[in-house]
Amino acid sequence: MKRVYLDHAAATPVRREVLEAMLPYFRERFGNPSAVYDLGSEIKDALEEQREKVARLIGAHRDEVVFTSSGAEANNLAVKGVALANLKKGNHVIVSAIEHHSVLNAARYLEKFHDFEVTFLPVDKYGLVDQERLRRSLSPATLLVSIQHGSNEVGTIQNIRELAAVCREQGVIFHTDAVATAGQVPVDVQDLGVDLLTLNGPALGAPKGVGALYFRQKLRLVPQIHGGIQENGRRGGTENVPAIVGLGKAADLAREELAARAKYLSWLRDLLAAGVQERVPGVVYTGHPAQRLPGLASFCVEGIEGEALLFMLSSQGIYANTGSACASKALKTSPVLGALGIPSELAQGSVVFTFNAENSEEDINYVLYHLPLAVGRLRSFSPVWRKRTAAAVGE
Amino acid sequence: MRFVTELKADATADLVYRVCPMHLLEPVDLIKDLKQGQVLEILTDYDGALEDIPAWCAKNGQEFLGVGEEEDEEYYKLYIRKLH
Repeated sequence: MKRVYLDHAAATPVRREVLEAMLPYFRERFGNPSAVYDLGSEIKDALEEQREKVARLIGAHRDEVVFTSSGAEANNLAVKGVALANLKKGNHVIVSAIEHHSVLNAARYLEKFHDFEVTFLPVDKYGLVDQERLRRSLSPATLLVSIQHGSNEVGTIQNIRELAAVCREQGVIFHTDAVATAGQVPVDVQDLGVDLLTLNGPALGAPKGVGALYFRQKLRLVPQIHGGIQENGRRGGTENVPAIVGLGKAADLAREELAARAKYLSWLRDLLAAGVQERVPGVVYTGHPAQRLPGLASFCVEGIEGEALLFMLSSQGIYANTGSACASKALKTSPVLGALGIPSELAQGSVVFTFNAENSEEDINYVLYHLPLAVGRLRSFSPVWRKRTAAAVGE
Repeated sequence: MRFVTELKADATADLVYRVCPMHLLEPVDLIKDLKQGQVLEILTDYDGALEDIPAWCAKNGQEFLGVGEEEDEEYYKLYIRKLH
């Protein structure tokens, strides 16, 4: 059976070039970068080269990059590390209502254990945070604002430059989670004007288990992994050198291929979005119609359950997602879709397709053939849909 | 402990919240780039630095000028003059 994998936001294969770059670091170049002998110092040099490559991707200086084990850890270090390092400046943190759980729950941790006040900023029907609303939410006690660059669930890309500028005017530290956008759209920390930015390896074609946090020089962070002097004393634990080498290689590739990749992924996305809306009645294309991730198409299909649709699609070798990767297992309505004002009944029918450059037009056509069939079959069992269509006929 | 006031530093090593022994490692690197007679300021929240930095200066022939007198609850300011 044909396999069409369209869940790259959940997991993505390591790129061949990335794997090849990593391989020597498992056997020949296995040393500990903190060791003083040459087997270690060579690895330390390699580690610093990767830091340079990651910094180059985002327009940063290499001293402003900390490697972490994931995007989630980088988000934790940004939110908790900065908040705890600046307790004297204030105790108010603002995050958008559609952040990844690693930002939302890090903020809730501060609220619960450190007496912080947290504002969860609402978004509009496209998932955008309003600049004026952010301005009104700032108070003299506001220390940090965290708003994601792009949504892995509805694809919307925020106006980070404008939002960060509001914070800079008020001397408030600004963090953005760029896990979804890096490698798909330009991500430059100077251009965006952010103080902290999160990256994740897998989103760039590197393996799982590696991420990075950009932090503007002179910003203090309280380490969240307590240990030795790895990462210049900002994150304990021996560095995952092979994965970091993979991230460095993936960052180089992302920089070289960005324009072509964005163009190709947008083309695939638009083919799918147009095809689905044409062939499946009762479908809502979620997120912003234009200002969105090139590699993501998200829908809510009336009268069905997203989980059931995923099951039907997987029986045809099509792999997609409903809501975010972690939320889908909990069988809960996505809080992100709720924040966009999508009624919970419609949000139940959420399906998210995320592509990479290995996907083809043929993949999209395969989905466009099977998706309407699967939706039709599920709707034939759905009392909600039957009631709706009967009412429409009655009109 | 020697205390100093209003010292103008030529370079600063900000080691606040960074783990031991970063308070020794980074100043050693930074002092290499200073000229003779210039002053390095070390910011650290690590209590052990109050012993370690003067001891390192004595051992390496650099001048420990003292600890900033303005008390800050969060961190110390220590000053070293490069002698060679």
